[in-house]
Amino acid sequence: MRRHVMKMTAAVLLPSLLLYGCGISKREERAELPDDESNRLIVYNWGEYIDPETIEMFKEETGYDVIYDVFETNEIMYPKVAADPSQYDVICPSDYMIAKMAGEGLLAELDMDDMPQAKKNIGEDYWKMSRDFDPENKYSVPYCWGTVGILYNSKLIDEELDSWESLWDPKYNDDILMQDSVRDLFMVALKKLGYSLNSTDIDELEEAKELLIQQKPLVQAYVVDEVRDKMIAGESAIGVIYSGEAEYTREENEDLVYSIPKEGTNVWIDSWVVTKDSRHKKAAKEWIDFMCRPDIALMNFEYIYYSTPNVGAMELMDEETRANEVLFPDLSKYSGLEAYKYLGKDTDRLYYNLWKEIKSA
Amino acid sequence: MVKTKRIAGFLGLPYIFWAAAFIVIPLIMVVWYGLTDENGGFTFANVAAIANPAHSKALFMALLLSFIATIVCLLLAYPLCMFLVEAQKTSNSFLTMLLIVPMWMNFLLRTYAWQSILEKTGIINTFLTSIGLQPLRLINTNGAIILGMVYNFLPFMILPIYNALDDIDKNVINAARDLGASSRQTLTKVIFPLSLPGVISGITMVFIPALTTFVVSSLLGGGKILLIGNVIEQEFMVAYDWNLGSGLSLVLLIFIVINVIVSVLTERSEEDYAS
Amino acid sequence: MKIRYKGIKRVYIGLIFIFMYAPIALLIIQSFNKSKSRGRWGGFTFEWYGSLFTDASIIEAFTNTILLALLSSVISVILGTMACICISKMKKKARNIMMGITNIPMLNADIVTGVSFMLLFLTLRIQFGFGTILLAHITFNIPYVILSVMPSYRDLNPHIYEAALDLGASPVYAFIKTVLPEIMPAILSGGLMAFTMSIDDFIITHFTAGAGVHTLSTKIYSEVKLGIKPEMYALSAMIFITVLILLILVNRVQGSARKEDA
Repeated sequence: MRRHVMKMTAAVLLPSLLLYGCGISKREERAELPDDESNRLIVYNWGEYIDPETIEMFKEETGYDVIYDVFETNEIMYPKVAADPSQYDVICPSDYMIAKMAGEGLLAELDMDDMPQAKKNIGEDYWKMSRDFDPENKYSVPYCWGTVGILYNSKLIDEELDSWESLWDPKYNDDILMQDSVRDLFMVALKKLGYSLNSTDIDELEEAKELLIQQKPLVQAYVVDEVRDKMIAGESAIGVIYSGEAEYTREENEDLVYSIPKEGTNVWIDSWVVTKDSRHKKAAKEWIDFMCRPDIALMNFEYIYYSTPNVGAMELMDEETRANEVLFPDLSKYSGLEAYKYLGKDTDRLYYNLWKEIKSA
Repeated sequence: MVKTKRIAGFLGLPYIFWAAAFIVIPLIMVVWYGLTDENGGFTFANVAAIANPAHSKALFMALLLSFIATIVCLLLAYPLCMFLVEAQKTSNSFLTMLLIVPMWMNFLLRTYAWQSILEKTGIINTFLTSIGLQPLRLINTNGAIILGMVYNFLPFMILPIYNALDDIDKNVINAARDLGASSRQTLTKVIFPLSLPGVISGITMVFIPALTTFVVSSLLGGGKILLIGNVIEQEFMVAYDWNLGSGLSLVLLIFIVINVIVSVLTERSEEDYAS
Repeated sequence: MKIRYKGIKRVYIGLIFIFMYAPIALLIIQSFNKSKSRGRWGGFTFEWYGSLFTDASIIEAFTNTILLALLSSVISVILGTMACICISKMKKKARNIMMGITNIPMLNADIVTGVSFMLLFLTLRIQFGFGTILLAHITFNIPYVILSVMPSYRDLNPHIYEAALDLGASPVYAFIKTVLPEIMPAILSGGLMAFTMSIDDFIITHFTAGAGVHTLSTKIYSEVKLGIKPEMYALSAMIFITVLILLILVNRVQGSARKEDA
């Protein structure tokens, strides 16, 4: 019997190990495959970043079976896609992440002629902004854009905040919420120090790290989407937040004020991309095009309050909304605005290691 | 008879295959990834990375918090089990009620509910401020994480201790009393030594899940406290470094193996005692 | 003195009870809260119990959870019981090895088990999804079945089975008639344990789930960040109350049965 067991175990182990030996590389270049027969479409988007009604409308109009999944940060999205790029069809990453994914051959080239609505409605300015990370505008279609700033509760804070400085003010001990993602956390410290938010200089980054460790005792929590609820509930007085959430939170709690710090901040674009290994590219392009329709873009705008690059949708808005400084800031009024750039694998790793040091401090 | 034996052997085949494919091979993979670099070459760097200050601090923190949580579990569970065993009316169903029923409320939700109790505008602080006291900083602290661990893993401590205490022959206790032992002496010289195997089994069952958790710390720590479990989870789910994640998992495996050895040794000594 | 001791005892047990159940009570109260935000009481409502049934994503997560628990516990009961028959016939050394391997998923930390599955599926290029979660759940469930069934199977009197064979019964018939009834309670309790473990698991599912496939646990984990939907409280409260009532009923029935026996 024992010999039997040994033999059987060996019989199982050997082929598996061989198979394992072949499959050791994380990912290799594969030829693009044609669409499969199913009418499924798997969408991967930020949490609370769409009007669910528009998904239903898309399903109804096109007959596709949409599987909708959400992520919290670019950094959480990336490994899932990189590990198995055929898993998702349409994704909505930010600028620097698109550059990284395109560079690694994860994204499919898009022909804008397949997407007339996108071509027609996305403003020229935003195509131009996109060229920073997608030089030929061939991988991505802008969905939302905005800034990162400070949201504070004017009932709990009796001064006007216009500087990152106040996030280091001991007065606000246990009342500060910082972003729990690598780039957004470092951005605040780098900008406060007067450096570029794309710094690759080890000394500057070390300095930023020290500053953030020094700030840690004052911080109530490192969070991403929870900023919103915690600010609305008055659980915290200051939070670093994306501009779109500002208007949403103000509707729930009118004491909240959004400000873009004078040292400058990050201006970002989140854009739709299609994965190279997607087996539902036709559906994916239809999705992107649908999202660019002015009425749909307007619905999404009115639901999530993130600035839309959709000129067609803006024409449908009333004068007052278009003039809203928070929703559509005049970027030329601010200095020190920068977009994130993809800094390469080694610098990514450096940022991440420094981040771990802050979090474990 | 020979025929039956052969049939029995075949019946085991699916499981033997299963165990090899889904228990043994996955573990070999963790070892493999932990001891290789990105290009597949052998390296010890991923395991040695535990010496990196960020990792060693996270490991130290996890050891400290899980150690305290285990002690607190023990201190809470032991008297409880004694009371339950003493009140002989307690049927098994009561114990099930106490321990198993909460498991039917999802454990993430149960842990998350502590946020509402501990946070700045939460139940405890609202109460404190309403009677004119200063609010306390409760959530996102080491204390909150210890509480979360105790809350989640306490049943693992109660069950073995209860069984051990319940198994003690009442005559042994009565004999000790008859021979003039005080309550305290009976407890320290008779009851506690006899329940020791249950205590050790409880400790080993609480310590490992507490040491390796990343959920409790991420729900009640506000991202301010990094445990070794969080580091490993993020190496896989954020940093996309399977090799480092596996290397650090191997470090955890060392603790798990120690834990297994301790529990096997006590079981063995228990068997010796029985025979 | 005696009365005071009894009082302390009661208070202590009561406090532990409060500690274990306060968060659960809070969640149930929350399910009746009109306000969507956690911190505020906006009045009493049954609304979420209604809208729950129209929320496709929650219903899907719920069906996935139940389906996983059912499939994984049934499959692990079958595989595990078959394995018990084989392992108990093994020589001591082989048996020790098999039992050692069987113990691994129980003794190992969930995070290491989860990670090891993730690496397995990634290297074998198995697409993450319902199937991968099911494989993982079966794997960590089988040990509960084996450890529950094994002692009961080894306590059996082998002669009864052999006698049935001698009397001309086929091995399968003899097994069903003589062995199965004896080990059935152990099989059931092992299966129930497996079912519960599968329902309550988060960590291993977290590492083995794929695009758009959610169980209640993973759904809750992603909702924790965005704010838990009140429907989720309603569903959890319903599951909890149902199980509680079932348990009380089972206890009553068993209790009265015991009384009749006596």
